[in-house]
Amino acid sequence: MRGLAASGSAGSSAANQPLPPSAAALRGQPWRPRPVVANPLLRYAIPVAALAYLVAASASIDVNWQRVALGLERARVLFRGFAAPDFTSRWAFIQTGILESLAMTVVATALGILLSVPFAFGAARNIAPLPVYLFCRAFIAVARSFQEIVIAIFFVVMVGFGPLAGALTLAFATIGFLGKLLAEDIEDIDPRPLEALRATGASWLKQMSYAVVPQIYPRFIGLSVYRLDINFRESSVIGIVGAGGIGGALNTSISRYEYSTTAAILIVVIAIVLLSEYASGVIRKRVQ
Amino acid sequence: MPTTIRGESRIWRKRTPRQTLITYLGYLLGAIALAVALRFISGQTLWFFVWDAPQQAGDLISRMFPPKWSYLAKLWRPLWDTINIATIGTIIALVVAIPVAFLAARNTTPHPIFRQLALLIMVSSRSVNALIWALLLVSVIGPGVLAGIIAVGLRSIGFCAKLLSEAIEEIDFKPIEALDATGASGGQVVTYGIIPQVAPAFAGITVYRWDINIRESTVVGLVGAGGIGLPLDASIAALQWSQATVIFALILVLVVFSEWVSAKVRAAIR
Amino acid sequence: MSDRSTNHPLEISELVKRYGRGETAVNGVNLTLRRGEVLALIGPSGAGKSTLIRCINRLVEPTSGSVKVNGVEVTALGRGALRRARRGIGMIFQEHALVDRLTVMENVLSGQLGYVGFWRSWFRRFPQATVDHAYELLERVGILEQLDKRADQLSGGQRQRVGIARALLQDPSILLVDEPTASLDPKTSRQVMRLLMELAAEHELSAVINIHDVALAKLFVPRIVGLRGGVVVFDGPPSQLDDARLTDIYGEEDWTAAPQADAAEGDAPIHEATPSSAAHALAPGHAAAEAADRNGMEPA
Repeated sequence: MRGLAASGSAGSSAANQPLPPSAAALRGQPWRPRPVVANPLLRYAIPVAALAYLVAASASIDVNWQRVALGLERARVLFRGFAAPDFTSRWAFIQTGILESLAMTVVATALGILLSVPFAFGAARNIAPLPVYLFCRAFIAVARSFQEIVIAIFFVVMVGFGPLAGALTLAFATIGFLGKLLAEDIEDIDPRPLEALRATGASWLKQMSYAVVPQIYPRFIGLSVYRLDINFRESSVIGIVGAGGIGGALNTSISRYEYSTTAAILIVVIAIVLLSEYASGVIRKRVQ
Repeated sequence: MPTTIRGESRIWRKRTPRQTLITYLGYLLGAIALAVALRFISGQTLWFFVWDAPQQAGDLISRMFPPKWSYLAKLWRPLWDTINIATIGTIIALVVAIPVAFLAARNTTPHPIFRQLALLIMVSSRSVNALIWALLLVSVIGPGVLAGIIAVGLRSIGFCAKLLSEAIEEIDFKPIEALDATGASGGQVVTYGIIPQVAPAFAGITVYRWDINIRESTVVGLVGAGGIGLPLDASIAALQWSQATVIFALILVLVVFSEWVSAKVRAAIR
Repeated sequence: MSDRSTNHPLEISELVKRYGRGETAVNGVNLTLRRGEVLALIGPSGAGKSTLIRCINRLVEPTSGSVKVNGVEVTALGRGALRRARRGIGMIFQEHALVDRLTVMENVLSGQLGYVGFWRSWFRRFPQATVDHAYELLERVGILEQLDKRADQLSGGQRQRVGIARALLQDPSILLVDEPTASLDPKTSRQVMRLLMELAAEHELSAVINIHDVALAKLFVPRIVGLRGGVVVFDGPPSQLDDARLTDIYGEEDWTAAPQADAAEGDAPIHEATPSSAAHALAPGHAAAEAADRNGMEPA
């Protein structure tokens, strides 16, 4: 009844498949959807490997079920503590801890933002010369690879216990975080304004402030505010190794099973986190 | 970009006078906060120790190097544990986060009450650091990898659910309408209309969180929740810095590797 | 498959759709379609055309009135019965109603989801008869070679054809078409309209085509209904749609300005049915326009 399908859409079929002749010729041929993974070997290897991993991993976790059963009782105590949080008996420690955390957050974020800018420019391939680029990238990679608490250990050794170590830790981590994201942003900019400014003979500083900064500025503000958020959250734990903040009081209250105090601390922390998240959301919306 | 008229000329400024005022006020407040904070920290600091810092740093470095490479033999099991904590923790988090995300997304939630509940779960999970969860869990169910897995998982639920629900809210609804019009059931609409649209985002978010969790997993051991943090804690407590250096090197390699995997997978998905 | 026994597959009576803020989109519409009859719905934006079409398969819930498809009162159906009823109503949207990341074949097969259980549809195990039918439809609309391509790799006209194949795979008794040519170039628009008319004739489908291009409507469709302010203000053949009536529908305008020549590039030419089966069901004047088109000239 009909001839061959029109071949007007030239070259659009997959290169190695012959053009299907017609519906009449295809009739009766089952259709299967194209598989997600093209390579058949990989297609079977991946789920098998995943399953093997899960089995091996689960087997390697040895759970002391007796201890867990005991723990359920302790969990009950924990919940009771949360139901009746105790703000008063250790209030002095809580107050100092929270103030330290806040102070650390503010100082660390300010310092971190300031220092991350030169590192970011240095780590952008389209702006920095190769040796500077490599150094900055390496520095940022190290700053990012270690969890804040590991960095805190170092600073505590160097400058002693207290919020100074914490502020330096978070500043260092901030440089890593902002530095990488900012560097990526700088590398992603539209190169034309930069070229245009270069052509006018503007100084390097002017080139940066008119061609680069406006393009990255809104996201920079957004990221900084986001990092402020993260820094506060981190500031609540690095006290565990002595770097100041509420972490120390938190750790102490848990190890003494004074769960009501723990609950009080956590409630204060969560409240501040929520507040700052809300504020940062508002700021980011207005800036971007 | 407003223009104001002053006398006979038009003056162009980047911001209105009011915006300029607000911006300066903002900076002023920031500067005040900074000054107060600095004062406070300074008050809490034992400056005696700070002046010592360069010497301490030098001392530390001399004790860290040369690294005790033979220690590596004892680190394979903790390394395996660390990877497991991150991976299994992420998987558990995903299993919980997916339904929570559907409940939280404005366009797929069955009722506003479910949405509020889901948001509550997400917020509580996100506000508490994995390390704090680890502290609590070690206190309750005892030290070990299980505490680490649950801690990492709990923290990740909120993160993943938030991003997943944003992905769900961004889907195109016209194909959904079209599928409804053919008489497809709700489950079929999800399978053919929603899942294909959110699958790449889901995969990307999972791998992203796994990458972050690797970092978290390296330290939960410091509070007893398994992984490479345990030998790290032990080494530092015993002041065996040359051992600690080996651990740091291992962590560096692990994190770089996980970032590479994460970047590769996310590139392949696009 | 669908019930073809009634003579009036679509009967709309006193249909009203009022939105909460007092905005009335459809205000007492009465329409009846005979079997095999195609109707073009024209009118200004906001006249209620899209709303009216969506009330028929209850993608929009009517406020009051009756919609009978094949004698069944659609407005009274519960959820399960509504889904079953929708199987018999094919709907064609503008191009973006495809699932981008799925292939052409998967998109077309999704037309039969109402007949296939959940697990079979999850594993894409459709009955062979359905698959064969899909092959035929894909060939009929001219995109059989694209069957394993992802939908977002196609052009606008190709995507529209996938949508048409999907609707037809349902083997419906009526077709609802919402702005099929809105985002297509002039030549592709004509190809799509021609295809729709031919398919309606081949399958004895009744169709309601929501279209904004009056010239296209007059060219291809034998019955035109003009909607204004949610009320039917014109219902008749294109020959009766003179300037005065157009003003009734759209408001004051100079209707005598000539349309532009169609010179844009299109996609692969769509298959045409054999002349004998198609010709007798098509609108008068269509054959002449057809011939003029193929010669690349403006319609008379």
